[in-house]
Amino acid sequence: MAKLKTLEDYREEIEQCVKCGACRAHCPVFGAEKHEGRVARGKVALAGALLEGEIGLEEKLLFDLSQCLLCGSCCAQCPNKVPTEEIVAAARREISRQKGLSTFAKGMTTVLKNQGLMNRLAKTGGVLSSVLFKKLPENSGLRLRFPAPFIDQNRTLPPITGKPFRERYPERIEGQPGQPTVAFFTGCGINYMYPDIGEAFLRAMRFLGVTVVIPAEQGCCGLPAVSAGATEVVEELADRNLKALTAQPFDCIVTACASCNAGLGKIYADLEGDYAALAAKTRDVFAFLVEQGLPARLAELPRATERILVTYHDPCHLRTRGITYEPREILKNLPQVDFVEMAAAGTCCGLGGTYSVYHYETSKKIGAKKAGHVVDSGAEIVATDCPGCIMQLQDSLNHAGAKVRVKHILDLLLEALPPSP
Amino acid sequence: MLDARIVKILQDIVGKEYVSTEKADLICYSYDATQRRFLPDVVVHPGSADEVSLIMKMANAEKVPVFPRGAGSGFTGGSLPTEGGIVLVMTRLDRILQLDEENLVATVEPGVVTEDFQKAVEKVGLFYPPDPASLKFSTLGGNVAECAGGPRCVKYGVTKDFILGLEIVTPTGDIITTGGATMKGVVGYDLTKLMCGSEGTLSIITKIIIKLLPLPEAKKTMLVLFDSIDGAAQAVSAIIRGKIIPTTLEFMDAATIDCVRQATDLDVPESARALLIIEVDGDADVIAKQAKRIADIVQPLGVVETRIAETAEQSEALWQIRRSVSASLRKVNPDKFNEDICVPRSKVPDMIRRIEKIADAYDIPIVNFGHAGDGNIHVNVMIDGKVPGQQQQADAAIEEVFKGALELGGTMSGEHGVGIMKAPYIPLELSTGAVDYMKTIKRALDPNNILNPGKIFLDG
Repeated sequence: MAKLKTLEDYREEIEQCVKCGACRAHCPVFGAEKHEGRVARGKVALAGALLEGEIGLEEKLLFDLSQCLLCGSCCAQCPNKVPTEEIVAAARREISRQKGLSTFAKGMTTVLKNQGLMNRLAKTGGVLSSVLFKKLPENSGLRLRFPAPFIDQNRTLPPITGKPFRERYPERIEGQPGQPTVAFFTGCGINYMYPDIGEAFLRAMRFLGVTVVIPAEQGCCGLPAVSAGATEVVEELADRNLKALTAQPFDCIVTACASCNAGLGKIYADLEGDYAALAAKTRDVFAFLVEQGLPARLAELPRATERILVTYHDPCHLRTRGITYEPREILKNLPQVDFVEMAAAGTCCGLGGTYSVYHYETSKKIGAKKAGHVVDSGAEIVATDCPGCIMQLQDSLNHAGAKVRVKHILDLLLEALPPSP
Repeated sequence: MLDARIVKILQDIVGKEYVSTEKADLICYSYDATQRRFLPDVVVHPGSADEVSLIMKMANAEKVPVFPRGAGSGFTGGSLPTEGGIVLVMTRLDRILQLDEENLVATVEPGVVTEDFQKAVEKVGLFYPPDPASLKFSTLGGNVAECAGGPRCVKYGVTKDFILGLEIVTPTGDIITTGGATMKGVVGYDLTKLMCGSEGTLSIITKIIIKLLPLPEAKKTMLVLFDSIDGAAQAVSAIIRGKIIPTTLEFMDAATIDCVRQATDLDVPESARALLIIEVDGDADVIAKQAKRIADIVQPLGVVETRIAETAEQSEALWQIRRSVSASLRKVNPDKFNEDICVPRSKVPDMIRRIEKIADAYDIPIVNFGHAGDGNIHVNVMIDGKVPGQQQQADAAIEEVFKGALELGGTMSGEHGVGIMKAPYIPLELSTGAVDYMKTIKRALDPNNILNPGKIFLDG
């Protein structure tokens, strides 16, 4: 049974924060809100105070601890590498241990845990709105606690697929002999919101002759539940995925969603044992494609005469795992693409998973900054590799009145590959 | 605990949303980079000089202490609410009010982050040189209050050298201006300079008039490795004797190099026992020649290797060595006491040797690096505070370091100020007469001793 670390387990890391204030320069939430309670240093201080029993579960404490994207920007720049995103997640688990989950988190995690329910919701019209927003058990207390409406009228949302991606394919798609076999961990975003990314993934694998296993029993990686502090849900999902992903032999697990990559690769690594072994086998799709020599094969394709200017947004969940080179390497070698680097490509888009549900106004401010950088780059397309970022970036660009489109790199790759034989 | 009536008055002055007595907020405004903690009674975010003025008038009437705060990144406790009371967070005042390209002068509010200001002026080809290590997050108000320095000060001077005038709120609540927007001005006392480095004890800064320079066209970075600290120190004097004032002259001693080597994959030979990171700025063709001349000047002084960066990436890689110091130190011991003594630049080798003796005598690691060009050495006493007796050892060693710096004609703080951390040592450096003179000024301006009390002097 999987077991997540408790707040107590982070005592040493909390003490390592020397309150220098460096995180004030890097925390996207602080950049938008300018309050010490919203910056890593403040949240670490509050987590410490909670641990010491100096402060109880007061509204203000809950609010400040909810104001974290878990993006890891602070930790990357922290002289002591204090893992604030882990400390905040552990503090949220401590809060839910003492107080129970918020109504929203309860509803969300119930759906995440229940594959059948998620599928039914998808088929009956829109899992996203259902999962995250409309069909949740709501009460007035919930609205009071989160004054921002769960779904904003102006929020751009992707169209919801009728048939989840995983139901479209058999569990095993045979490739060429001598090529690796990968397990495709689709994640919820691709399964329900962006199945085209999954289609593009399969096309790329076919191009390389890779055999793809799509374990039917896989579920949510658990990252949204980490964000919500839902300890048992994360642990339950980890158990389920462990079982699903070890049922068949394969060389590695490949994700095409940055968040799933962090869920499997980082959260499971911390769970140790078999989970860590699973984590160690997890690859980001672009890291895998670069390993397989795809850039060289792309470079052999004739350059398109009419090319599009594309920039790249680093999803936090890949950047913090050191995957920044590979996605760019693929993009730069696409025959129809001219690549341009934007300013601050590595700053968070402001979605933070469920963060934007609780704090849409702040999320929009962070997104607006990002949209500004995209527009300044002159790019026609901003590419990335995380369904969450895609949704947020498109929303931010639409609010900014920009004509820029957001695409997954796999979608651009699909355009470049020769038609399937 | 503050009277609810006082909280109500504060709410009336700045608005309800900018006053908090919530425990979570008190905790978040209780600390700075000293890691000491003092809970205030109330946190207030004023939005104008007028509001600050009203707050100070009320605070005087009610005898409530007020502690002004910028980013809370100081190393000596200047912003800590040591006696509870009001923390006055100045970061809402964060506008660049004017950028006068004809007169090379800018007017800003105190909450502007130093790097944001630098980027804004650099966009129009201007330059604000002071560059404290905290520049990405510390505020200009805090920089003025502490008279912040930085690596570039060897060529350009410290914060006070760029401040032409101020708008301040006095401890009793009057709003006055000091200095002005002209390069010259000798009417009356130089109150601007008095406020620079006064650590928030004499006034609350609400506006800053800053002198700017034209932005140098280019810069060139080089790394020189020496076989001894003496070679590095002699190199500093030799370069300046050679009529070149580099923009920065940063040094790292053997202990620092070893630390960085342990923590990172630092590509520096074992024989390097000191290093200098030297940067020159100016016209591109001139600085290329300067870099070459520096390399020639230092060559006879025990140079192990010289690397001159040819690209921005190479320059960045050299600076990365300097930047990795802080994190690397943590591997030596968990608790760091970062002192910032300053000695005449020719005395740097003497000082380093003294520090090495002190480290041996007290048996605790002391790691030195910093701004060799102006003799400003960051002395890092590394201990594990959880080990019984180490704190006392560290305190005693630090006092010895201060005494050593003073004996060599230096000062115990070049950049960080006194705050509460160095207050006990003030008599080592200042005569009774000088301290009395300062206290007389403080008492005259702040008769109720309510503005940042307990800072600099132990007894107000």
